[in-house]
Amino acid sequence: MSEIKIVNESRRRFLQAGAGLTLAIYLPTSHAAPVAAATGKIAPAAAASFEPNAFVRIGEDNTVTVIAKHLEMGQGTYTGLATLVAEELDAAWSQIKVEGAPADAKRYNNLLWGQTQGTGGSTAMANSYEQMRRAGATARYMLIAAAAEAWSVPAKEITIKNGSVSHAASKHQASFGELAAKAAAQPVPEPEDIKLKDAKDFVYIGKQAPRQDSKPKINGSAQYTSDVTLPGMLIAVVARAPRFGASVKSFDASKAKAIPGVVDVVAIPHGVAVLAKDFWAAKKGRDALMITWDESKAFNLSSSELLDRYKNLARSPGTLAHQSGDAEKAMGRATKRLEAAFELPYLAHAAMEPLNCVVKLSGKQCEIWNGEQSQTNDQNNVAKFLGIQPEDVKINMLYAGGSFGRRSNPGSDYVLEAVQIAKAINGRAPVKMLWTREDDMRAGQYRPLFYHTLRAGLDAQGNLVAWQHRLVGQSILAATGFKGAIDFTSVEGAANLPYAIPNMLVDLHTPKYPVPVQWWRSVGSSHTAFSTEVFFDEVAHAAGKDAVALRRALLQKQPRHLAVLELAAQKSDWAKPLAAKPGVRRGRGIALHKSFNSVVAQVAEVSVKPDGSFKVDRVVCVVDCGVAINPSIIKAQMEGGIGFGLSAALSGAITFKEGYVEQSNFSDYPVLRMSEMPHVEVHIAPSTANPSGVGEPGVPPIAPAVANALFAATGKRLRQLPFQTKDLV
Amino acid sequence: MIALTVNGKKVQVDVAPDTPILWVLRDHLGLTGTKYSCGIAQCGSCTVHLDGEPIRACVTPISVAQGKKISTIEGLNTKVGRAVQSAWEKLEVVQCGYCQSGQIMSAVALLAKNKKPSDADIDSAMHGNLCRCATYQRIRAAIHEAAKHLA
Ligand code: FES
Ligand code: FES
Repeated sequence: MSEIKIVNESRRRFLQAGAGLTLAIYLPTSHAAPVAAATGKIAPAAAASFEPNAFVRIGEDNTVTVIAKHLEMGQGTYTGLATLVAEELDAAWSQIKVEGAPADAKRYNNLLWGQTQGTGGSTAMANSYEQMRRAGATARYMLIAAAAEAWSVPAKEITIKNGSVSHAASKHQASFGELAAKAAAQPVPEPEDIKLKDAKDFVYIGKQAPRQDSKPKINGSAQYTSDVTLPGMLIAVVARAPRFGASVKSFDASKAKAIPGVVDVVAIPHGVAVLAKDFWAAKKGRDALMITWDESKAFNLSSSELLDRYKNLARSPGTLAHQSGDAEKAMGRATKRLEAAFELPYLAHAAMEPLNCVVKLSGKQCEIWNGEQSQTNDQNNVAKFLGIQPEDVKINMLYAGGSFGRRSNPGSDYVLEAVQIAKAINGRAPVKMLWTREDDMRAGQYRPLFYHTLRAGLDAQGNLVAWQHRLVGQSILAATGFKGAIDFTSVEGAANLPYAIPNMLVDLHTPKYPVPVQWWRSVGSSHTAFSTEVFFDEVAHAAGKDAVALRRALLQKQPRHLAVLELAAQKSDWAKPLAAKPGVRRGRGIALHKSFNSVVAQVAEVSVKPDGSFKVDRVVCVVDCGVAINPSIIKAQMEGGIGFGLSAALSGAITFKEGYVEQSNFSDYPVLRMSEMPHVEVHIAPSTANPSGVGEPGVPPIAPAVANALFAATGKRLRQLPFQTKDLV
Repeated sequence: MIALTVNGKKVQVDVAPDTPILWVLRDHLGLTGTKYSCGIAQCGSCTVHLDGEPIRACVTPISVAQGKKISTIEGLNTKVGRAVQSAWEKLEVVQCGYCQSGQIMSAVALLAKNKKPSDADIDSAMHGNLCRCATYQRIRAAIHEAAKHLA
């Protein structure tokens, strides 16, 4: 039955669009009969396999609206997706507008995630590269057909440049807007008739296409979830359990209800919500609640105890994640052996916009306003809770004030919480749930705590012949229902080390604790890059080899890594000694890591004062992310990734004391400030490969690059994050 | 009732006097360009100008603003303000954008007093403004750019 629904849907949408005098382009993704935009009719034979995707709308006012299926949370998706459409459409950049897509996995699924709509894993450009260009090319084809009909000239003589359609011989010229109505009546071309541009003809890809979201974000008009206002809306602030696994035993709301502006107090599954006319009253009400918690089943360990348990686990073999050669035997025969352990704490995402969500319930319908990262998953979880159909959960995707993975929660934690509040008041008012910074910091979903041990063996010539890596840490995928032996997100970057080492063994322990963990910008690579690249530096040092030279020697079969390494060495003047500065010890360190299909090398330069405090002066970063769609945004993502990774390396840690999270706000979970930001220089390695990620791959190399630089400056190895400057004295 | 001037307009608000300016702007006056992020004067997202001085609106009660002038990102229409905004756009500073209203308000306050800030001046004036997307390098460049433009 779903096909019929799709047909009706596209027809309905077309009629709507027609009324607004717009041309809606529907694209077949598979090799199937296209739908004619003019009639909404589908060739009957192929209807079953047809899936329409709507990405482009051209209005008679000459506006080209690109419907973005991915969340704009800072990484430039709106600009990137629009660039792809504009490129093949040959639109003028000034006529492009971007609109967030509704939740509808049938049309807006992430092509790398099957039938799931969502943004993450640095996949936005990778999965859309061809799809969005085809969307633009299809619109272009129909505009040309419309012009050919209007001017009675052959279509192949018509050209489009910078938003202008023209026919040189007859001197005809028209804008997209002028042709929109006629174009809407043209048949949609067959996919095989669509020819995409040759890279040499690109006018936007790889060039300058200014960010679509700059203006609204510099004049305060950009709409984030926190900015949504609906008639009669109430603001909700929630009191949650102080320890994971605790629950409400009883509560007294009398004091909270006495606060002017407080409208209601309701129990929800994980706490108590106070609803008020404004945030301030809701927060005062929340703080006035008297709640007795049942903490009998609560998590009550301290970080030091957890770490001791992890260390204990690391003494015995874990589940095999990678094996090549015979690492044990090779280690036995090695003439020199090295061993080291690495500790990495829990980390909070701490996006600048604390979590929030707006919900309106009416009958069997639920409407959500959210910086929405995970449409399909959230629709399913909300529908299940409300007992309605997923398609009756309508989601409006707004800008997100950062996410770094947090807004995509497998259990839809914060979205569901807002829905539960709206349900608890029987949907009698729309609800805007706002988390305070403290709520956001203490609610878990952290980058998991990890403990790594590494061993290496060198032969008499100093060749690296054996490598053993053991990891201990909670599984992120467990929260998605994953039951396999190896959560690949725990070992990514470690189990697929690029270096040619003849004997390798990587194994994993996956302890279970009630601390909720989640993907955090660069996921497994956020810890594996640190231990592997620091330890590799130790190996180079022990072998008496230069860190770049040893990498070069072991990357001969990895051309992308090698090219990035060479460019980084060249741009950072690796071969020349670092200029000395009075009163400080200086050092330079390199790290190289591939994640989300992009290879990034970073060379960090540090200056260390006698008291151990230090400054990262400069970072040279080289990235190979395939075709560089927007160089300015790629550079921004490298700068941002470096700042984000450095922030964690310098001061990021969520710790527990008897089950209580010890941090609460930026006062005790400090994040990078202006004066700590190094000078970052980004170089993009030329490539013709399909675009890969840029949002995350800039993060992993910075911590090891800095640790290696600190070693070069001081001779001290830091294997624990965040760095302890006392160790550098 | 508390009477104040917001972006050149006289307004009266009926709120508890301890309500921070931030929530009066956001929840009562519909001026949502000013953002909440920490609530304890640690991040600068909520920076507005009170009689021309940058303040953290999340910890400043509305009673303090009685009879005073508040300007927010929505009302930024000075020569310095425009120069800062266009430098921000030209150098593509924004990422998620959530911190940027506050960054811009702090940068405008800096440039209003110091026409040619050094890197150290920028570090100290912008120290209280966090950006989790780490747009700092471009913020610094954009402040220099705006200064150049204003010179
Ligand atoms: S919200 Fe006011 S300083 Fe952070
Ligand atoms: S641009 Fe995202 S927090 Fe600054």
